[in-house]
Amino acid sequence: MSTGELVGFKSYRARIEVKLKSGYLDPEGETSRKALVDLRYKVNRVGTAKVYEIDLQAPSLEEAKRQVDEMCMRLLANPVKDDYAFEVKEMK
Amino acid sequence: MKEPKICILRVGGTNCDAETKAAVDDLGARSEILHLNKLMDDKLMSYDALIIPGGFSYGDHVRAGAVLGKKVSSALSKELKKFVEEERPILGICNGFQVLVESGLLPAFDGVSDYPQATLAINGSARYECRWVYLKHENRGKCIFTRELQKGQKIFMSVAHAEGRFVFPKEREEKYLQKLEKNDQLVFRYCNKRGIYADGRYPINPNGAFYDIAGICDSNGTVFGLMPHPERAYWGVQLPDWTGMKEAPKYADGRLIFESLVEYLKH
Repeated sequence: MSTGELVGFKSYRARIEVKLKSGYLDPEGETSRKALVDLRYKVNRVGTAKVYEIDLQAPSLEEAKRQVDEMCMRLLANPVKDDYAFEVKEMK
Repeated sequence: MKEPKICILRVGGTNCDAETKAAVDDLGARSEILHLNKLMDDKLMSYDALIIPGGFSYGDHVRAGAVLGKKVSSALSKELKKFVEEERPILGICNGFQVLVESGLLPAFDGVSDYPQATLAINGSARYECRWVYLKHENRGKCIFTRELQKGQKIFMSVAHAEGRFVFPKEREEKYLQKLEKNDQLVFRYCNKRGIYADGRYPINPNGAFYDIAGICDSNGTVFGLMPHPERAYWGVQLPDWTGMKEAPKYADGRLIFESLVEYLKH
């Protein structure tokens, strides 16, 4: 898809958060937790997540959401270990 | 005798292609290092085998192997399917293993899967693990890449990865493990110097992999992925302690993997 304006298409911005499903080991989170404890914070758990901000064009909000969901399934998240959530907004 | 033609796939970030080529060429194969872009137009089918070597393809962005995995399955989907169906061997080493898992070529319980059935997650130690490990050969004879090894044989190879913790979906762990065993898809497990399984213990199991899994193959035995680097254990002088030996052996254990592949291709 080109980045220019397409006839009948609107611009949307998606914010996607990909994080580990509960019960899966999060070594980055655990390392951060230990470092925070060393800094004398009373931290019980740290969970890490990855955030993607994606600007895309689609004919409707529903279609934009469908595509973003597909992007998560096909590339951004590994369904074995990742959960994902997203919101899509029309860009003014 | 046939001279096998092997394609070694390269993209930005691949860094083990030269050693891999040196290994298979030494065994009498004719290999070519090719960029993914040059493999289009049915060119893949002119090779007898494909190797996806180690490295950090596309900077390990998203997840290690994810971007190349999707690129391979979208750009080469038809040829790749044919390649697998014709039982032409595919070997994925380290990053290559991650690519095979991300593209659904492994474990491929019901043929190549649209979505990954496993993952190679961040090491339990939360750091890059680069050192020598012991592996126990588990395969009962299906995997064509380990035909030169006995079942239960212990070998010595190096790992070098940050994302190598093999895991299945938690809810299907036991079911999938049974499938691996039933289909003879289990190939290598991490063990200690005496050949006793790591049982998840660090540092014998370098990454916390489920069931100490270091390498698996598909149900035909022609697609194989492993985290350790056989090309870094090909020559005796690659061994970590060779300078302390009276006489370094000519070859090291990694050679057995490539030898199995080349012998399979020659016949």
